[in-house]
Amino acid sequence: MLGLRRNKIEDGVERTRQSVFGRIANLFRTNEITEETWDELEMLLIQADVGIATVAELLQIVRESSAERGLRRPEEVRDLLKQGLVDLLQGSQHTYLEGERLLNVVLVVGVNGSGKTTSIAKLARYHKERGDRVLLAAADTFRAAAIDQLQIWAQRVGVDVIAHQPGADPGAVVYDAIRAAQARSANVLIVDTAGRLHTRHNLMQELAKISSIARKQVHRAPHETLLVLDATTGQNALNQAKMFAETAGVTGVVLAKLDSSAKGGMVFAIGRELGLPVLFVATGEQPDDWAPFDAVSFVNALFGEA
Amino acid sequence: MFESLSDKVQEAFRKLSGKGRLSETDVKTGLRDVRLALLEADVNYRVVKDFTDRVAERAIGEGVIRSLTPAQMVIKIVHEELISLLGEPAKLDLGGTPPVVLMLVGLQGSGKTTMAAKLAVHLRKLGHRPLLVAADTYRPAAIQQLETLGRAIDITVHSEGDRVAPPRICRNGVDRARREGYTAVLLDTAGRLQIDDTMMSELESIRELTSPRECLLVVDSMTGQEAVAVAEEFNKRIGVTGLLLTKVDGDARGGAALSARSVTGVPIKFMGSGEKPTDLEPFYPDRLASRILGMGDMLTLIERAEATFDQKQAADLERKMRSSAFTLEDFIEQLHAVKSMGPLNDLLEMIPGMSQVTKQLPSDATERGLKTTEAIISSMTIQERRAPRIINASRRRRIARGSGTSVQEVNNLLRQFEQMQQMMKQLQSGRGMRGLMPRLR
Repeated sequence: MLGLRRNKIEDGVERTRQSVFGRIANLFRTNEITEETWDELEMLLIQADVGIATVAELLQIVRESSAERGLRRPEEVRDLLKQGLVDLLQGSQHTYLEGERLLNVVLVVGVNGSGKTTSIAKLARYHKERGDRVLLAAADTFRAAAIDQLQIWAQRVGVDVIAHQPGADPGAVVYDAIRAAQARSANVLIVDTAGRLHTRHNLMQELAKISSIARKQVHRAPHETLLVLDATTGQNALNQAKMFAETAGVTGVVLAKLDSSAKGGMVFAIGRELGLPVLFVATGEQPDDWAPFDAVSFVNALFGEA
Repeated sequence: MFESLSDKVQEAFRKLSGKGRLSETDVKTGLRDVRLALLEADVNYRVVKDFTDRVAERAIGEGVIRSLTPAQMVIKIVHEELISLLGEPAKLDLGGTPPVVLMLVGLQGSGKTTMAAKLAVHLRKLGHRPLLVAADTYRPAAIQQLETLGRAIDITVHSEGDRVAPPRICRNGVDRARREGYTAVLLDTAGRLQIDDTMMSELESIRELTSPRECLLVVDSMTGQEAVAVAEEFNKRIGVTGLLLTKVDGDARGGAALSARSVTGVPIKFMGSGEKPTDLEPFYPDRLASRILGMGDMLTLIERAEATFDQKQAADLERKMRSSAFTLEDFIEQLHAVKSMGPLNDLLEMIPGMSQVTKQLPSDATERGLKTTEAIISSMTIQERRAPRIINASRRRRIARGSGTSVQEVNNLLRQFEQMQQMMKQLQSGRGMRGLMPRLR
């Protein structure tokens, strides 16, 4: 099972390898590193949405330390660059849902269209496979047919959904869902929330309210608040992560739609500036297109060396 | 108007011209900050390079090198070139024999379904009878989503469930429109990756079966560098005729629009700015250009202000100000009106140069200031609001207690209000608020 999942992730990453990062790997297949190599490297990283500030800092570090250590061979510099990329992501890793508790509450948030509902289906399946008793809460009561969408997914994956009518108070849905989860002795409750732009103050406050309702029912809930980011997003992802972290207390990122031609280079900036870990990657429209995130293999795969 | 970017460019040129006469290389070096600003805005690397090359060429041709103010000249050229690259706003092509077919395509989650509903409402306003066609049979509940939206805006949705192939649903929809007298058909297709060959062929067959007048590519304004690849491929496969930019109510700079526009050459037709079916805005190249360059969006701010304050209120206010009858009561009313324009930080960000300032503030600092002011005024009696002169030390202590603030904060507010009144007296001689507005434009 794990093997299958991993292959899908590699497939997704494979496309990048052929595009941007693949060209990075090629760049190091030369005999020596010239000024042109560095320029080309900068361009390729920017094209992967890594962001100027992050690219500039990363390249400066790599250049300085390769000069310091007197590294000449392209492979050595490449390894240094890879290490730099891994470090940006790894400074902030934590184990997903670490520790034992009766009920784990996972809140899933993000902007409109980032892939929350699909990611929730995949996360539910992931938990189910590990033997967890999973329940979903349909707290996106705003968008047309969002509840139906979650219910269809839930049926496919084989989990139950607690839902109210469209337009109902999302806080009330969460309250009921927690009660239901406790009554049914479910140990994982995943909450779907309405997509919202991080600039909408009132909607962001609503997330804080949902969290506080959860916290009043279950000790220290939500135990994870996952921000779903669309891999095709550019520099705005950093603003999104920042605002969602501030108001909704995001604990980790799900990088969705990694099967697109974009590669989500903005997670490096998010790691660097906010210290938010990427916890999962999602690649397609099937429930098993999902894998826990591993910084080393992510970077390796990006260099075509999975 | 061009504070942050123009300051940077100015600084760059100041350093360069310190060495004497500017060379062509110097001009190119001076454009570095323009390049960075565009990259930060998610404009594609290739597009940025072409763009800065063109600006450099024009700048050299127009004698920036000899100019005493090279930075200003460069900024002006950048802005002009950007506006011209973004192109003129274009209307939807609704010509030909009805029903006219419009097809919406794009990546997953770009906002096609919401946009389809908005366009349907827009077309109805133009006197059309639109029909929405639910052609996304893949995403769970996508059809229900369009049906629900259709009911909310009272527009018919043609759907055949998720077991029929989308090209057939689309053709049936167009046939039905012809039979039942609908004049416009909006095809809401499933989101797809441009690299998914099977799904892209499906779009080709929909296009062949329905001969759409417009193939509109829906582009999320938050898209990064890949916007180029996406737009290029959609255009190659189905021939895009226009771009629809969505989620512009966020704070993305929207460089993706420039990327998509420059690789397809087709015009940007509309911008989606919210979740309501009426949140559809025409595209203004000058505004988007300023936004991409990070230079604020004064025009949107003014428009929002105009939508909030009605003419009569403004006239009343002006009269009061002229007669110095402006009281704390009026002041609190103004505060409420400003608050209803949206979060204060958003408003501040639209003001050129303020985006850097607001970044420094905690996200709710300005909002908190407003709340404090409101609390203080609410703790005053009506007499006190009308004649703040009567507020003596003991009243100040009471107000501070009542509003949960300190006497110092109450004093600050009263002092600010007094200064405001002073300013208004000065304004009396000149023109009022309404007189000021057109000057801002």
